[in-house]
Amino acid sequence: MLSRKARLDAHGEDSSYFLGWKEYEKNAYDDVQNPTGIIQMGLAENQLSFDLLESWLASNQDAARLTKNGESVFRELALFQDYHGLPDFKNELVEFMAEIRGNKVNFDPRKLVLMAGATSANETLMFCIAESGDAFLLPTPYYPGFDRDLKWRTGVELVPIHCSSSNGFKVTKCALEEAYQQAHKLSLNVKGVLITNPSNPLGTTMGRDELNDLIDFAVAKKIHIISDEIYSGTVFDHPSFISIMEALMDRKLQDTDLWSRVHIVYSLSKDLGLPGFRVGMIYSNNETVVSAATKMSSFGLISSQTQYLLSKILSDKKFTRNYLKENRKRLKTRREMIVAALRNAGIGCLKSNAGLFCWVDMRHLLSSNTFDAEMELWKKILREAGLNISPGASCHCSEPGWFRICFANMSEDTLNLSMQRIKALAERIQQCRRGRVTHQDSGCNSRRRSFSKWVLNLCSYDREPDR
Amino acid sequence: MSLSEIATNDMHGENSPYFDGWKAYDENPFHPTKNPNGVIQMGLAENQLSFNLMEEWILKNPKASICTPEGISQFKDVAIFQDYHGLTQFRNAVAKFMGKARGGRVKFDPDRIVMSGGATGANEMIMFCLADPGEAFLVPSPYYPAFDRDLRWRTRVKIHPVECTSTNNFQITREALEAAYQKAQEENIKVKGLIITNPSNPLGTTLSRETLTSLVSFINEKNIHLVADEIYAATVFSSPRFVSVSEIMDEVECNPNLIHIVYSLSKDLGLPGFRVGIVYSYNDDVVSCGRKMSSFGLVSSQTQHLLASMLSDDEFVDNFLMESSRRLAKRHKTFTEGLVNVNINCLKSNAGLFVWMDLRHLLKEPTLEGEIALWRVIIKDVKLNVSPGSSFQCSEPGWFRVCFANMDEDTVEVALKRIRTFVGKGQEEAEAPTKAKRWKNSTLRLSFSSRICDEAVMTPLMMSPHSPMPHSPLVRART
Repeated sequence: MLSRKARLDAHGEDSSYFLGWKEYEKNAYDDVQNPTGIIQMGLAENQLSFDLLESWLASNQDAARLTKNGESVFRELALFQDYHGLPDFKNELVEFMAEIRGNKVNFDPRKLVLMAGATSANETLMFCIAESGDAFLLPTPYYPGFDRDLKWRTGVELVPIHCSSSNGFKVTKCALEEAYQQAHKLSLNVKGVLITNPSNPLGTTMGRDELNDLIDFAVAKKIHIISDEIYSGTVFDHPSFISIMEALMDRKLQDTDLWSRVHIVYSLSKDLGLPGFRVGMIYSNNETVVSAATKMSSFGLISSQTQYLLSKILSDKKFTRNYLKENRKRLKTRREMIVAALRNAGIGCLKSNAGLFCWVDMRHLLSSNTFDAEMELWKKILREAGLNISPGASCHCSEPGWFRICFANMSEDTLNLSMQRIKALAERIQQCRRGRVTHQDSGCNSRRRSFSKWVLNLCSYDREPDR
Repeated sequence: MSLSEIATNDMHGENSPYFDGWKAYDENPFHPTKNPNGVIQMGLAENQLSFNLMEEWILKNPKASICTPEGISQFKDVAIFQDYHGLTQFRNAVAKFMGKARGGRVKFDPDRIVMSGGATGANEMIMFCLADPGEAFLVPSPYYPAFDRDLRWRTRVKIHPVECTSTNNFQITREALEAAYQKAQEENIKVKGLIITNPSNPLGTTLSRETLTSLVSFINEKNIHLVADEIYAATVFSSPRFVSVSEIMDEVECNPNLIHIVYSLSKDLGLPGFRVGIVYSYNDDVVSCGRKMSSFGLVSSQTQHLLASMLSDDEFVDNFLMESSRRLAKRHKTFTEGLVNVNINCLKSNAGLFVWMDLRHLLKEPTLEGEIALWRVIIKDVKLNVSPGSSFQCSEPGWFRVCFANMDEDTVEVALKRIRTFVGKGQEEAEAPTKAKRWKNSTLRLSFSSRICDEAVMTPLMMSPHSPMPHSPLVRART
């Protein structure tokens, strides 16, 4: 009776990524009301710099009160539904985007299309570039939401470009070619590659060689490149961020066919920490894409009230420069905290320079090198340590044992607590292993048996978690 | 080809020659003092009559904004809130408002409220939920032009018009429904549902209880969905009172899983810029699916917060609904009486932000070409941007939709004056047929497959024609 899209579960929300969220919702941590609740570490939010925004608002009441030179702009904003977007807002956005890229690239507001969130921007690009049944190649691991955003209503298929820990999960020429061949085997027409740079969930930026390999590949296969750069403002350490546009310009590819097959997705959800405001955008060198996407944006325009407020905030260049600098500093501090704490717990992370999360290596805590074991470990972490983190399988990682842990969506105290919990669990798991080995010794059976039983009891995840 | 078919086809409807009307307005927009001979925009169904009520409320309630000193403590929580369930207080407030707009006769469940990017997003979303590519929805004509885009473009769902004519004041008959349904069957097209706009755009009328009951019986019998686009619910300004599909569900035998409502605050409150669309479904699976799809067009949390506050203020809402209705009634009366004085009649209407004007007697010939010719004269000579009935897929030439709520009183007067002058001249020219030939030599051709004129304007220019002051610094790009 309903459509196929409504009946099937292609929205992807039955994946573990979302199940963890549901558990969290039932038992959310609160430092006062529910100190033994689940700590949300699966949400890539940037909560570190709200004070900067709040203090700006306190000193800029004109913007706050929807007035311009003392006159109310409420009426005009209330009526403003032009899908070209508020011109001031777009002008500020392109300058902000340039600022983030160290002004090495300039953007033209006429090539910018506003949409309700990067979620909508990504889906819209699929509708513009691919037919139902066409494919896009994506390096793994990738943001779980892509399965919904890129595939669900568009009918586009995703083919993974497998990346592995052997080289820090970098995209290789070989992996690109393999993915392309795999799509061919599945009789899928490849329309492009979608990269997230900086990467979610890795927290790393793509190097120049990697970008060049990708560019060469896209030229050879005559396909599109979509670069989701929504974490571009969160690069807090070297190497510095290289946008796809910069890479193209450095190779003087402005007058080639590829130039009109490159598109950037951006949003203010991560860099400014404003996911609720639904500010997403597409930047494209392709006139037809800009034109079609602009019309499609009717299905998800940004509230004019929000466009106006943000155009005011972004117009204060001193503020934005300071914000970006301070925000990066805070993210770096946070990252250092979590990396040190994890190291202390005997857990390593992929070396990262961006993002709101760490890509954590817990392979040594798996009972076996399988995804079942990864799921088992994930559940332990959720139920015993009370932490909702994202298992690598939900990000389509090809190696079990990796997890994404977010660090910018909580206070320092909460982060410290979460690290204590994970350390305790890691130690328990290690002890459990040693306990199992001991259990096999034939001497002093009864004493050993009862000791083992005690240790095994500690490991069972049906017991009340010790926090 | 490097891009998709959707990106390069015409189904967005914007290549229609009807945009000449918009272009004429854009190039020469009316302004009472700066450009008194400019084109008056009467093609935009906006409700501009009651802004002062909202502005006053906002000034008195600084806490509703997350940016003021009074409201800033909420800034962080609101700014990070992206839960697709929406702010609880927002859903509660919208549910209450929807109930009030229906005279308190129905209660809406906040848990069935799903957000979307305006009614535009809501209509597309409900199609994605209910129909597969190639399947069809029946739509009574004349209908809102942008349905051709909203319901079909990316969803690939087909539209089958249900013809309504002036013989019975454009009411939807059982026969017309059956005929449309049969026709689809003969073409091997699966009909998944019927979508109605009630109150109607462009007619400005509400469905009678009998008609609504008949529609519900029809869809129930055929086991197809009914989507009721009720975005003009609170623009009803005179009797008969509005009867929502939600009201009659208990009175008629029907499967509630087939009933869905699309709503928005763009018309009733006059806030199209805020992009508040709502899908309300009695079908749990549709609510669940729709909620997930709403990720593609959530309402800005900043806006949710403001409106949650405003719409929870019972005193404000009650007064607003009453006052808005009163102002619309007054405006409608002024306008229709002005037209009657020059022998122009409109379909008797009790709702909406426009009238369905009967200009059949002014056509040189009772054909589509005749209508287009007259329309060009109205744009070029009378300088009013009105919407010809053909853009609404009306099967009878000579009807025009004319909006009256998007301007001040003085501008209404100017518009009426111009119409009076034109009709007066027209009477003279009827006696001199040779002069009339000049507008037949139009070089612009019609495309029957994409006759659309959209509400949310699309003009090649950067300027928003939605601004009452077209050259306002708000929308003028900084150079």
